[in-house]
Amino acid sequence: MRYISRRLIHAILLLLAVSFFSFALLQLAPGDFFDAMRLNPEISQHTVESIRSEYGLDQPLPIRYGRWLRSMLKGNLGFSLASNSPVAPLLRVRARNTLLLSGTATLLAWLLALPIGVWSAAKRGGWGDRIGKVATSTILAVPDLLLFLGLLLLAVRTGWFPTGGMVSPGIDGLDFWSQAKDVAFHLVLPAFGLAVVMLPVLVLHVRSAMIEALESPFIRAARGHGIPRARLLFRYALPAASNPLISLLGFSVATMLSTSMLAEVVLSWPGLGPLLVESIFSRDVYVVVAVVMLSSVFLVMGNLLADLLLFASDPRIRTETE
Amino acid sequence: MNSRRKLWGALILLAAFHGLILFAGFFAPYGFAVQDRDMSFAPPTRLHFTDAQGKFHLRPFVYGLKDDPANPGAYAADTTHMYPLRFFVQGSPYKVAGLFESHLHFFGVASDGRLFLMGTDGYGRDQLSRFLYGGQISLLAGLLAAALSVALGILVGSLAGFYGGWIDELLMRGSEIFLALPWLYLLFAVRAALPLHIAEWQVFLLLVAVMGVIGWARPARLIRGVVLSAKERKFVVAARGFGASDAHLLFKHVLPQTYGVVLTQIALLIPQYVLAEVTLSFLGLGVGEPMASWGTLLSSLQQYYILSSYWWMFLPALLLIPLFLAYYTTADALQERLKSVSL
Repeated sequence: MRYISRRLIHAILLLLAVSFFSFALLQLAPGDFFDAMRLNPEISQHTVESIRSEYGLDQPLPIRYGRWLRSMLKGNLGFSLASNSPVAPLLRVRARNTLLLSGTATLLAWLLALPIGVWSAAKRGGWGDRIGKVATSTILAVPDLLLFLGLLLLAVRTGWFPTGGMVSPGIDGLDFWSQAKDVAFHLVLPAFGLAVVMLPVLVLHVRSAMIEALESPFIRAARGHGIPRARLLFRYALPAASNPLISLLGFSVATMLSTSMLAEVVLSWPGLGPLLVESIFSRDVYVVVAVVMLSSVFLVMGNLLADLLLFASDPRIRTETE
Repeated sequence: MNSRRKLWGALILLAAFHGLILFAGFFAPYGFAVQDRDMSFAPPTRLHFTDAQGKFHLRPFVYGLKDDPANPGAYAADTTHMYPLRFFVQGSPYKVAGLFESHLHFFGVASDGRLFLMGTDGYGRDQLSRFLYGGQISLLAGLLAAALSVALGILVGSLAGFYGGWIDELLMRGSEIFLALPWLYLLFAVRAALPLHIAEWQVFLLLVAVMGVIGWARPARLIRGVVLSAKERKFVVAARGFGASDAHLLFKHVLPQTYGVVLTQIALLIPQYVLAEVTLSFLGLGVGEPMASWGTLLSSLQQYYILSSYWWMFLPALLLIPLFLAYYTTADALQERLKSVSL
């Protein structure tokens, strides 16, 4: 219990520090949302200033940060100047979409990486393993942007997949299952692309963890007892190799979120990525801060989850901290 | 042996790639901003060896381009005009290393012919030339930013690892903040804090600074780890016992042990930063027209009709694969060597 609560407190403090850092960074930025208004000769300087003070933009940094933090805790997540409303409703749908996409992609990537990694570790040095090695390093070198543009080309050229968005127009009237099917259909390309980007790193780690596990004496003993190979690999070796893989799950959240952002922008998936780019162009600082903050929350939560999983799966950590 | 050969192969490929880009003016048949509005979206020019009469030519040649009468907007080869490929030709002026002017180009065709080995974009600009010139911005940005990140990483990592105590605590907590943000989000957040429209060279410097500064955390932590174990090694402890100063210990004994990690990190960071520049410029947040960078070359692909009709607009991105492969192979081989040395 001590371990969990310590990790939790650490996560909260970290998020607080991140929030102050990103808030201060964006507040130091030259210019603000009202710059365009200032250039408009029909609006007097006085009016602009009074609007700014209405939104509290004329207050010093610590006070603005305090107000913003209060708004964060109340669940409004700040105030969007461009859409003149709290950020939270804007963000809720986008965050859900990003989670849906990256969650599906993570699942897909692991479901592919585990058998491939285990198999290439089992056949180490064989031709399959060698082909796999070349393939993983080639995929690693393909720019993510190129991959997503290629998938978009596929969708545009063949019409097999939707070219963007998350739902087809006119979906609202349909029952739940048809709606879910439609979303899943839109999810195929971006999720597949993300999974492919993640795959090489995961396969490499699964392979090396499995090789280490397969070389340990208890596996040799098990092999000597004549335990069938599939059972040996998945029932005995894989759990022994799972420790570094769970940590990897935590680390991969960061890469997943970054890559997901690019995929969302290129394949116009209505997640946090496109929202971030739009709000940068419209200088809507509070939306930018909220999106960046949320991405950090996801990342820290992912790491926390991996810590908890590790705690649950590895008795050594439990005894160490008691 | 195998890893050694891999390393040399990758290094030779890297040297060739960087050489081409360093001397872009010489290798590019045209300037990066030279437009030919009649040649918008011309496909890659084919090199021929046999002419219409079936006669074989040792020197490859290209046909002139004319509008395809059957297919509006497309081009057809004008077999009445042949332009042999020539090497070391005089062409448009460019500057070598920004100093002296030259007209000499590595290859080209007679001035009324057109040679677009990678096709042209919407303004009829030669994609190959733009790719080579674009590399000067994208690759240089990547190199400088990686150097900056690693330099900061060395500074922070060696201070934290060597002195320990509250300095270590402070610096490492600081690095956690940077690692708690997905790095593309962090990059965009910092970019959001900067003005949207600024002069081109300022954009370049800003990009380098932004990418370099946000990437220090991981190299710093790795270098700190190496420094921590390096300062406990017996010869370092002995030197300390002989009364060596901190600076002497750090520069003569501890930092030289980090060079493997440093080189590996640089080789890994460069492709990442090149890709970051590409991403930012692709979205219009980086280097803008008429400058050529690898990101601006790709940004026209955001339009569906270009994406689906003109396949050669993908070529710049495809050319990045061998470059990245070479960098990753270098990093890999360095890491392997490092392992075998430390054992």
